[in-house]
Amino acid sequence: MRLHPIIAALRRHKAGVTLIVLQIALTMAIVCNAIFLIGQRIERVDRPTGAVEDGLIRVSQSWYGAPTGDDPASVEKLDALQLTDLATLRALPDVQGVAASFSMPLQGEIYSGNLTLNPEQKGLTVTAAYYYGDEHLRSVLGVRLVAGRDFRVDEILHHTIHGSAVSPVVIVSKPIADKLFPHGDALGKTIYQDGKPARIVGIVERLQTPTTSNWGSAWDYNSVIEPVRLDGASASYAVRARPGRTRAAMGEARRALMAIDPMRVMPDTWGIQSMSEIRSKIYRADRGMALVLGLVCAILLLVTTAGITGQTSFWVGQRRKQIGIRRALGARRVDILRYFQTENFLIVTFGIALGLVLAYALSLLLMQRYELPRLPWTYLPVGAVALWLIGQLAVLVPAMRAAAVSPIVATRSV
Amino acid sequence: MFGYYLYLAFRSLRRSSGLTALMMLVIGFGVAASMTTYAVFRGVSGDPIPWKSSQLFVPQIDAWGPEPSSGPGEHGGMHEPPDALTYADATALMHDHRATRQSAIYAVAPTVLPAKPGSSPVPVFGFGVSSEFFPMLDVPFQFGSGWSAADDAEGSPAIVISASLNQRVFGGDNSVGRNIDLDGKDYRVIGVMKPWNPQPMFFDVVDTGGFGGDGPEIFVPLQSAIGSGMQSAGAVNCPKGVQPPPGADGLQKSNCVWLAYMAELDDAAAVQRYRRYLDNYAREQQQIGRFTWAPNNRLRDVPAFLDYEHVVPDDAQQSLMVALGLLLVCLINTVSLLLAKFLRRSGEIGVRRALGASRRRIYAQFLTEAAAVGIGGGVLGLLLTSIGVLGVNLVLPPRLAHLAHIDPVLLLMTVLVAIIASVLAGLYPTFRAARVQPAWQLKAN
Repeated sequence: MRLHPIIAALRRHKAGVTLIVLQIALTMAIVCNAIFLIGQRIERVDRPTGAVEDGLIRVSQSWYGAPTGDDPASVEKLDALQLTDLATLRALPDVQGVAASFSMPLQGEIYSGNLTLNPEQKGLTVTAAYYYGDEHLRSVLGVRLVAGRDFRVDEILHHTIHGSAVSPVVIVSKPIADKLFPHGDALGKTIYQDGKPARIVGIVERLQTPTTSNWGSAWDYNSVIEPVRLDGASASYAVRARPGRTRAAMGEARRALMAIDPMRVMPDTWGIQSMSEIRSKIYRADRGMALVLGLVCAILLLVTTAGITGQTSFWVGQRRKQIGIRRALGARRVDILRYFQTENFLIVTFGIALGLVLAYALSLLLMQRYELPRLPWTYLPVGAVALWLIGQLAVLVPAMRAAAVSPIVATRSV
Repeated sequence: MFGYYLYLAFRSLRRSSGLTALMMLVIGFGVAASMTTYAVFRGVSGDPIPWKSSQLFVPQIDAWGPEPSSGPGEHGGMHEPPDALTYADATALMHDHRATRQSAIYAVAPTVLPAKPGSSPVPVFGFGVSSEFFPMLDVPFQFGSGWSAADDAEGSPAIVISASLNQRVFGGDNSVGRNIDLDGKDYRVIGVMKPWNPQPMFFDVVDTGGFGGDGPEIFVPLQSAIGSGMQSAGAVNCPKGVQPPPGADGLQKSNCVWLAYMAELDDAAAVQRYRRYLDNYAREQQQIGRFTWAPNNRLRDVPAFLDYEHVVPDDAQQSLMVALGLLLVCLINTVSLLLAKFLRRSGEIGVRRALGASRRRIYAQFLTEAAAVGIGGGVLGLLLTSIGVLGVNLVLPPRLAHLAHIDPVLLLMTVLVAIIASVLAGLYPTFRAARVQPAWQLKAN
């Protein structure tokens, strides 16, 4: 088919063509970037914590009237309370394992600090979250140990968060080991946690920090497990339920703990939560926003499709006479159909060309404002193909109507 | 004349009902998407204390020096001071008392034991503040008032409680003068607030993250809270390589930041004076050797500080941007549809012009028609916006979703935006319609 007559015709409809080209360009720029934003969120929501989340429960509570001091008597009293709770939970029928655990991935409560290779804290520094817990914590979380060993019972310390005891041994996540010891020989080495020495006895494959906030995103898998049962007026535990018994274990835990101390504070909202509840709570905003963005994109594509259909219908109506003449002069129905399809293809191509520039500009703007990564180029060809398809879909009905114009029209004066 | 144009518009729209419906749908969806995301954005970016936010300031003092840190207070790039104060700095600022009113603020989460026999302890959330906090932020009271400056100085066990806590513990009675058990200690109720839950919780965004919760339930004098060992329930951020030192006493002597601060400054001159005061203070600290760096302070008013802390979630801005993009595409779409519609009637325009209608008349007629499309789109937009805002409540976390609500302003805006958008969209097509040459049209026909 020759393009010349199509281009000549388009020149006579500069305004209409420009408007559609603009629409397609904007649609392309917005949809590409919005889908990229959605993808970023999905990636964020889908990333694994490193723990086996199914069957994992967090218990968080505080004792009413518990001592608040750091003196040895108070600490021992608090520790006794905690040990009683741990033993009670361990004895429950639907509970497989229990660990003292101040923090939990995604949950939000976090202690963090800096790791260095010397006590002066000079040179290479890695920021990390500290998971305080006992010898069961790693196995109850279900985090995979890739080197070394778990803590031994006799290595577990207990003190308040203000305690000055130094953890002699730690288990670190692999990203920390790799960063501090690029040659892969981290096991057995000494690191300094805020200036205090500790020996690496174990390395876990992956353990996300407890925070999903922006300020922690640069070190989101840097976690250290500390052999410390943290004492305080509140204490938290990680509980592993028997397979399929999560709900039952949660109920048993509540009843058993309240039976020991009916005055303890363990509200329904955050007292006992399954890991899946914690996950859905923390990522609700991300999922909601992905859904909203997705809907807006869908509406945008529909509007653009409708716009193309509307404009082409108008052109078909306007050119009935010319179509009739062409048909009378021997053009087949399929020629008319092809004419409008090719015309649409040309217009959409112009739109895509402009859309590439706009998409790039919008991506730059988003990068600047929200510290987002650059839009990967693969989005652009996919977007282009999608818009070509949408264009062809939108033009089909009016083009078929055009093809149905009878040659007799040519003989009538309107 | 306007009535006649409306009649013409109505007839014309009915003649091509498919195209009309399409235009109204396009405008309706575009406006509804924008207004729904705007409702969320408005909810989270609203000024929590509009009548006073430009007089309330958050001082920041660099107690850490140029060493980078990693806590929530970090803001990449420029070296910014921490976004909370150390105990030493907060106490010094309170003591010097250079603002009209001021208060150091820290989050506490003690437990209340209702006096009723058999009741279980209630975890509550609140703040340690000074007496000036209440008049400074115009906290509304149902019974009583805030405590006195003397209570601040003496560290009295005074307490201000929320209406909901008063309901829970005292059955909603005037409880002023009665005692309430907080972590096993008796506090005397001085005031009961009316329901008060500003969002974002601008007076302590560092500890609260800005949004969420049912509002503060208690306020206690800062000194008595610290004195009775109430630990900070919010963020404690320390300079690199420092962990929170042992005991409350250790924390007070440390360079860790954990106190929010707010100062009321009435005019630009007072702000200037306060800036100078902060710089002088930092210089003094430099002289006594506590700071080994030049003064590096900030004094931001509430809107600037909320912006600095990125309190408005990026999500809300991004979805508003995308929705505005959608509205723009809808607008262009309407331009092209109206253009098609108007130009199809070139013959009619030719006749009207030949019969003496001026260009202005043509403008009036066709803009009326565009506005009629806008009204239709607006009505549809109202419906879709309502559905949208309700839908957003289903998918967003409650702490954000509660802030997005339908009110008369939003509804009015929906219709106005729809009408303005379609009249704007109608401008170019109308311009083209008015340029139709009557003679040429009549001849062609």
